[in-house]
Amino acid sequence: MRNKIEIEDLKVHYGDIPALNGISLNVVENEILGIIGPAQSGKTTLLKVINRTLELTQGVTIEGSVRLDGIDVNSIGDVYGLRKRIGMVLPLPVGLPLSIYDNVAFAPRTSGLRNKAELDVIVERCLQQAALWDEVKDRLDSLGTKLSGGQQQRLTIARALSHQPEILCLDEFSIAVDPITTMRIEEVLKSLKNEMTILLVTNLVQQAKRLANRTAFMLNGDLVEIDDTEVIFSDNPTQQSTYDYINGNFG
Amino acid sequence: MRIQPNKATNRPFSETVIELFIRLCGISSILFVFGIFFFVFKEGASFLFNGLNLSEFLSSEEWYPTSLNNKRYGTLALILGTFGVTSLAMLMAVPFGLGAAIFVSEFCSPKLRETFKIVIEFLAAIPSVVWGFIGLTLMNQLIIQVFNAPIGLTMLNGSIMLALMSVPIIVSIAEDSLKAVPDSYREAAEALGATKWQVIYRVLLPAAKNGLLAAVLLGAARSIGETMAVLMATGHSVNIPTSPLSWIRTLTATIAAELGEVARGGEHYQVLFIIGILLFTITFIVNLIADLVIKGIRQG
Ligand SMILES: Nc1ncnc2c1ncn2[C@@H]1O[C@H](COP(=O)(O)OP(=O)(O)O)[C@@H](O)[C@H]1O
Ligand SMILES: [Mg+2]
Repeated sequence: MRNKIEIEDLKVHYGDIPALNGISLNVVENEILGIIGPAQSGKTTLLKVINRTLELTQGVTIEGSVRLDGIDVNSIGDVYGLRKRIGMVLPLPVGLPLSIYDNVAFAPRTSGLRNKAELDVIVERCLQQAALWDEVKDRLDSLGTKLSGGQQQRLTIARALSHQPEILCLDEFSIAVDPITTMRIEEVLKSLKNEMTILLVTNLVQQAKRLANRTAFMLNGDLVEIDDTEVIFSDNPTQQSTYDYINGNFG
Repeated sequence: MRIQPNKATNRPFSETVIELFIRLCGISSILFVFGIFFFVFKEGASFLFNGLNLSEFLSSEEWYPTSLNNKRYGTLALILGTFGVTSLAMLMAVPFGLGAAIFVSEFCSPKLRETFKIVIEFLAAIPSVVWGFIGLTLMNQLIIQVFNAPIGLTMLNGSIMLALMSVPIIVSIAEDSLKAVPDSYREAAEALGATKWQVIYRVLLPAAKNGLLAAVLLGAARSIGETMAVLMATGHSVNIPTSPLSWIRTLTATIAAELGEVARGGEHYQVLFIIGILLFTITFIVNLIADLVIKGIRQG
């Protein structure tokens, strides 16, 4: 069991507002790490530190270290290459205003791939993996933004897989998706786990229970507890607030 | 409190007055446009349908409206002058305007953006006669020196002035349409490892393309309709342009320069109004295309 990501004493401020107050945790290779916690607790911020898109926000300060395969992400010169090693799926599906095909081919093209045959293979593979291929294979040229919410979210997953990431981060992907699509995507994630490490931020605690090997509970910028999912969801996790949050008697 | 069934009856009087005023403004502006078109059309109509050789009007370069025994009303040189000076102006204004719009919307700090917008608005507010004056004096000298030309009042001179006049329009409309692209598109593309330039040309430009096209068309319409600056800066001589250093004359400048000199109601007078109809038609078509394109944006 190798650590894929090691986060040490990570602190983030937006201007003067603290968002993460010194978080340390490891993500193990090929696990699904569930991250739960109420809104505003810093979950999205944590994901954005890992792929270094947070630094694009004005006025952010980031302290502490994030290591990927033992290497500090800040020491990586090719930040665009780093971002391609991490697939990111955002809460609201964002189909880029391009065709379905061009959406999936976007990242490979930005790294210079022009060969149509190779792109075809990637597009089909990723749409298959995201369980969307059968629904769209006859209309790859139509706009990605015209798909339904659930289909668009699977399109963003296909897009996130297009650069063969080592890590897949999902940020509350089921917020705009119906329960049946959510179940389909969950099946997809179970099979992807063999190929990559998955960070699953979720607003549905039961989703973490269903999928995650380990689960982290965050609250107000602190990591309250991280442990095996069975322990977190048992009747006696280490912290009382974890139990309260999971069982819905919070606040 | 109970909800009133009829809101209009107990509305304050001031609101009724304001609404009436706004209605009047709206209706009158429509009436004015139709009125102007009707007037222009009426003044030229009798010669247009009766006497004018329309194909010669459009295809002959001989413009001798004041000749005693060889009157010719060919506007080809004027049409080519207008299109030449406008195209050359767009060749300069479009890359510069779109580039500036991209810079302001994607690279500027908020503070610099404010400054930039003030400068753009200031540029837009300069009257065209001032541009004409700059063309007549400063740019004239500059062209003489740089190109070693005998006279600097050329198509190039006029098109530089037109470019300076249409850049503010292009920048402000193009910047608005880039700003209207949702940030989520930028974030999604950045998360896929796209560089700043890849985000711009692979996502933002396609997403904003209708607005950018509208910006270019409205800038062109502004150039086509401009009179004073081109009258002063292009040499005002009837001539088919062959190079940027040709002297030219435009449709608009011809009307402005000659209308004061002609006998009211005569042939020459009517021909100038027919040129007006021609200009109306050209700018109407350009504006119509721009409108349709903008409508395209709204419908996504
Ligand atoms: N762009 C931003 N500017 C300022 N504050 C922000 C920004 N994004 C997030 N925050 C703040 O950071 C904290 C953590 O937010 P976030 O990471 O989005 O939490 P979560 O994903 O758990 O809801 C919140 O207090 C939020 O208001
Ligand atoms: Mg969030």
